[in-house]
Amino acid sequence: MTTQVNLGLPELPAEDYPDEVRARLEVDAKEIIARYPGSRSALLPMLHLVQSEEGYVSRTGMRFCARMLDLTDAEVAAVATFYTMYRRRPSGDYHVGVCTNTLCAIMGGDQIFAELKEHLGVDNQGTTEDGTITLEHIECNAACDFAPVVMVNWEFFDNQTPDSVKQMVDDLRAGRTVSPTRGAPLCSFKQTARILAGFPDTRPGAVSASGSAGPASLAGLRLAKGATAPARPDAAHGLVPSQGESTAENGTQEGEGQ
Amino acid sequence: MTTAAPGSYGTGPEKLLSPVLSEIWDEPESWTLETYLRHDGYQGLRKALAMPPDDVIALVKEAGLRGRGGAGFPTGMKWQFIPQGDGKPHYLVVNADESEPGTCKDIPLMFANPHVLLEGMLIACHAIRSNHAFIYLRGEVVPVLRRLHEAVREAYEAGYIGRNVLGSGLDVDITVHAGAGAYICGEETALLDSLEGRRGQPRLRPPFPAVAGLYACPTVVNNVESVASVPSILHRGKEWFRSMGTEKCPGYTLYSLSGHVVNPGQYEAPMGITLRQLLELAGGIRPGHRLKFWTPGGSSTPLLTEEHLDVPLDFDSVAAAGSLLGTKALQCFDETTCVVRAVTRWTEFYAHESCGKCTPCREGTYWLVQLMRDIEAGKGTLSDLDKLADISDNIFGRSFCALGDGAAAPILSSLQYFRDEYEAHIEQRGCPFDPAASTLWADQPSTAHQEVNA
Repeated sequence: MTTQVNLGLPELPAEDYPDEVRARLEVDAKEIIARYPGSRSALLPMLHLVQSEEGYVSRTGMRFCARMLDLTDAEVAAVATFYTMYRRRPSGDYHVGVCTNTLCAIMGGDQIFAELKEHLGVDNQGTTEDGTITLEHIECNAACDFAPVVMVNWEFFDNQTPDSVKQMVDDLRAGRTVSPTRGAPLCSFKQTARILAGFPDTRPGAVSASGSAGPASLAGLRLAKGATAPARPDAAHGLVPSQGESTAENGTQEGEGQ
Repeated sequence: MTTAAPGSYGTGPEKLLSPVLSEIWDEPESWTLETYLRHDGYQGLRKALAMPPDDVIALVKEAGLRGRGGAGFPTGMKWQFIPQGDGKPHYLVVNADESEPGTCKDIPLMFANPHVLLEGMLIACHAIRSNHAFIYLRGEVVPVLRRLHEAVREAYEAGYIGRNVLGSGLDVDITVHAGAGAYICGEETALLDSLEGRRGQPRLRPPFPAVAGLYACPTVVNNVESVASVPSILHRGKEWFRSMGTEKCPGYTLYSLSGHVVNPGQYEAPMGITLRQLLELAGGIRPGHRLKFWTPGGSSTPLLTEEHLDVPLDFDSVAAAGSLLGTKALQCFDETTCVVRAVTRWTEFYAHESCGKCTPCREGTYWLVQLMRDIEAGKGTLSDLDKLADISDNIFGRSFCALGDGAAAPILSSLQYFRDEYEAHIEQRGCPFDPAASTLWADQPSTAHQEVNA
């Protein structure tokens, strides 16, 4: 058994991508750069692009970005390490992010995260042994009216419970198709990163999946419209929709997590 | 001073609410150009293009639209600050980095109706003489990104974006840009640095973005909801807009109710509605519980309590009550919630998101987290409370940008209203609350929510 000794020497320069990969990525990178009046603006989308190639931002990926944008490796590393969405080591096909910012945490996010860690046998930012899931607690994802919220590959899983999330990750690990409450049926993390780089999702039905708006988004609108609709006489004075109504709203989202 | 929709005398939902932005969200395919066009889509743009740009700016100013991103700065005035005839390119950048804890209005807006944002952007580009506009969307919302990509594609194809928009001679390109996870990028100058491919750190002002913004060129940075409110002003007129809300804060806006509320969600109402009215519409606090504290506009706005239920939710009234309207993110917490736990978590958030540029925020939030964690765990002392207040005071107003102020706000306001609860943690050597009692499923062993995804 050899012992690794750290001599404090600088790392060797990262290797380049194989020619075939580099040629392919260059075409995409040029398309990204052309979107902006200043080429450096392409850096964030290009980091998403290299993440779509390897599943994380490798030193090779950073070097590629630096070469394309005439920046130093250090300038690119400074940016890549500032933003939380760029991963710095290989991780799972599905990024499961449990919101534990105050509101979601209190509404149950803390319990969901604790139970999920135990269920998957990983800690924060850990990846399951089968390489399927990387678990992380995340900050507020702008869906507080759907709390507690879990994001998988940055698609919305609204109004979650510990049981619903455990079922969902079991489905993912079993290779079943999982659909979010808002968003399109899950694709891999790499494919998601390509959309983030600015290349539209070309899967049929991806844009329309899950409908126009989630139930909470329509809460006020339904009251406002119900007041004039004869079918909803209760709304004119009864300001507390019954439990049955909210159940029906959730019922419109059938078919998730199959 | 009017606070209700025109001709309203009752208190029913139809009188209190005024869906404009959210009006078509319940259509089967609300995000498509076809649906938008069936509901007066791009009519405001047609009117604007027939007007000289300065008249458009004047109209938006006279309508009294104030920025919906938190600060309430008059939108028309921001546009007017752009120097004209300076020979430089002008840019419009839409701040779609919605990340303030509690804030959840722009994401559903762009998801359900991205075209109203695009129409507002085109009107703004005409007004400030810009040929290139950007949407800086936070990266963590891929479903919204998909619909923005699709809406931009549709609008190019139909001639609303591109060369010679609707035959007016105006050329506009719109670029959708996804961020990569950084709360600080919601600060407009940090957003510009980020859009230029740098670490998102705020810039010294002046110069303001109107003079030296993106690529050091004159730039308007507007919140999503602000821009999306413009088409209706053009289409229906400034008098219509001013018939809603208060004199100093006219119009309608999206209020986002979340937390221990029977029906959380988006409630679009005239400016100046109260939380009491909104809670009545939303079925109140969950049965058997009562409101303990709430934020009027996200975690950076000082906490309020039950005594503030009747404060009109407009910029001036909330400021007079000692807080800020912010993003109208009404996070409601009932009596099961530990305020120390809530504030500790927000403080951890600010420390995590502090960009590191300035010392008071970088160092101060670090120490605040240590103190808050100790107090929550029952390891604090009474003198820690003074230290908390002292550090907060040294961050507030002394940081480079508003993130520092935001970090101090929940601590200072919770000490003001709930000092006894902090003391209880210290005296009892632990948290007196049961976190399980606060969860969504605490009172309902079997709810509809649990069936989702089951």
